[in-house]
Amino acid sequence: MKSVLLDPTGELAATTTVAPSPRPPSLDGKVVGLLDISKARGNVFLDRIEEHLVGRGVTVRRFAKPTFTKVAPIDLRHEITTQCDVVIEALAD
Amino acid sequence: MAELPDGLVAIVKRDCPTCNLVAPVLATLAADSVPLTVYSQDDPTFPDGVRVVDDRNLQMSFALDLDTVPTLLCVSGGREVARTVGWSRDAWRDITGRADLGETLPEHRPGCGSRTQDPAIAEAHAVATLLPKLHSRRVELGEEEDDAEACFERGWSDGLPVVPPTPARVARMLTGTTRAPDEVVAVVPPDLVECTVEKVAINAVMAGCRPEYLPVVLASVEAACTDEFNMHGLLATTWFSGPLVVVNGPIARAVGMNSGVNAMGQGNRANAAIGRALQLVVRNVGGGRPGEIDRSTLGQPGKYTFCFAEDEAGSPWEPLHVERGFAKSASTVTLFAAEGPRGIIDQLSRTPESLARSFAACLRATTHPKLVLAFDAMLVVSPEHARVFRDAGWTKARLHEELGSLLQIDGSEIVHGAGGIAEGLPEAFAGSTLPKFRDGGLLIVHAGGGAGLFSAIIGGWASGSLGSEAVTVGVGT
Repeated sequence: MKSVLLDPTGELAATTTVAPSPRPPSLDGKVVGLLDISKARGNVFLDRIEEHLVGRGVTVRRFAKPTFTKVAPIDLRHEITTQCDVVIEALAD
Repeated sequence: MAELPDGLVAIVKRDCPTCNLVAPVLATLAADSVPLTVYSQDDPTFPDGVRVVDDRNLQMSFALDLDTVPTLLCVSGGREVARTVGWSRDAWRDITGRADLGETLPEHRPGCGSRTQDPAIAEAHAVATLLPKLHSRRVELGEEEDDAEACFERGWSDGLPVVPPTPARVARMLTGTTRAPDEVVAVVPPDLVECTVEKVAINAVMAGCRPEYLPVVLASVEAACTDEFNMHGLLATTWFSGPLVVVNGPIARAVGMNSGVNAMGQGNRANAAIGRALQLVVRNVGGGRPGEIDRSTLGQPGKYTFCFAEDEAGSPWEPLHVERGFAKSASTVTLFAAEGPRGIIDQLSRTPESLARSFAACLRATTHPKLVLAFDAMLVVSPEHARVFRDAGWTKARLHEELGSLLQIDGSEIVHGAGGIAEGLPEAFAGSTLPKFRDGGLLIVHAGGGAGLFSAIIGGWASGSLGSEAVTVGVGT
């Protein structure tokens, strides 16, 4: 006999894949956001990136999550999307 | 609900001495001008001389929410306007308006239990009532498909077999709560899915729960999905931790939880299934699976299930939930972001001062002896160790205070390079003194078997607003 079971999952509709945003052909005139997720030494990595970008005449804005253990607050995400064309996130220790 | 006839309505069963006692009264009433309808729960030929409606399927009895037979009602315009249970001459005379009713009968006789109160019948009815309220997607298995294997193949298991969640099992599980199946319990990370009581019940079936555990599982899910507990971060971390459920209050004993011998180990169904049900909800409803959002480097076996009750009766101290602001009579779950337990041996200390020093020395090694403040811990004190504090009159507050003093660490011991170890704090801390744990970062509970001068440390995870705060939630019905 065929069994019938109840689906234990969240029954989310098949997730649609979001295509990555197109890469800008150049950073000239772009604003690059650097997001530190607040893991130890993420700032060291981002400091070097900032040096390189600023050296190439790129405008850089720095952002930081309050803690690496939680998703970025919605205000921070809004701030980054309205102020920047590109964002680089420092993930690792 | 079945339509209620106007006039007098009586519900009886042959297997009830009081119903037999009132049978002649019903025959008298049947001959009267007021219409009388008699429902029989077990024998449509009873009582003699009265036209009886067969209610062996208990449809009317359940609709009237009976607990006793005989029950006599007065119905007007389809609505019940008066009710009495058992035999009371005065009450029956009031309702029927017959001042001479039951002259030869005793003044009062209690009734018997309605068949609707038979536990097996009540459960079958509750299941039948709940089945149509289940709205989860039906997954029809193939003719030759094994149901246990099917659950593995669909990714619903934590690696061990699950109980296949058939609609009947889920409906039976839902009899364990008064909450409606479609009520939303929490929004479960990481997919932020609204999780209903029904979804929790499905996963509780799979985990091996009995219906009476369901309120504890519901409270655990609610607590785990608070912003303070931060289940999303707890999943995503590379650290070992997972949600530990500590159960306090009368519910622990009522559902047969273990707080004694092997409290944190295997062998007790409630401990095992409640913790597992929470993990299955996070996996299945929230979508939190190892290798995906769950990035733990090594994990730990408590991520299958980690749940135990505090031994309150044998404790020298106020239980955890009382310390956290609940009444002693309340039942609660406290969620803690936990590593696995590690043991503390001290078989020689007979004074609380000496034993507290042992605890402090071991607690200092949590995560790393040179790291402070970032992680919480739970200390599980066993009965034989607790006796040392009880005999000396140490309160839990006193133990907290002593451990706080003993765990003030000289910064020079824990900066980078100290002790030949690179791990540690920046050099700037060399001149300061730092506590191992933040305020409130050490929880103390009492559990374990009566023999063994051992206690346990359960390491935590990133503490407080930085990561996870322990959360205590009341267990409902």
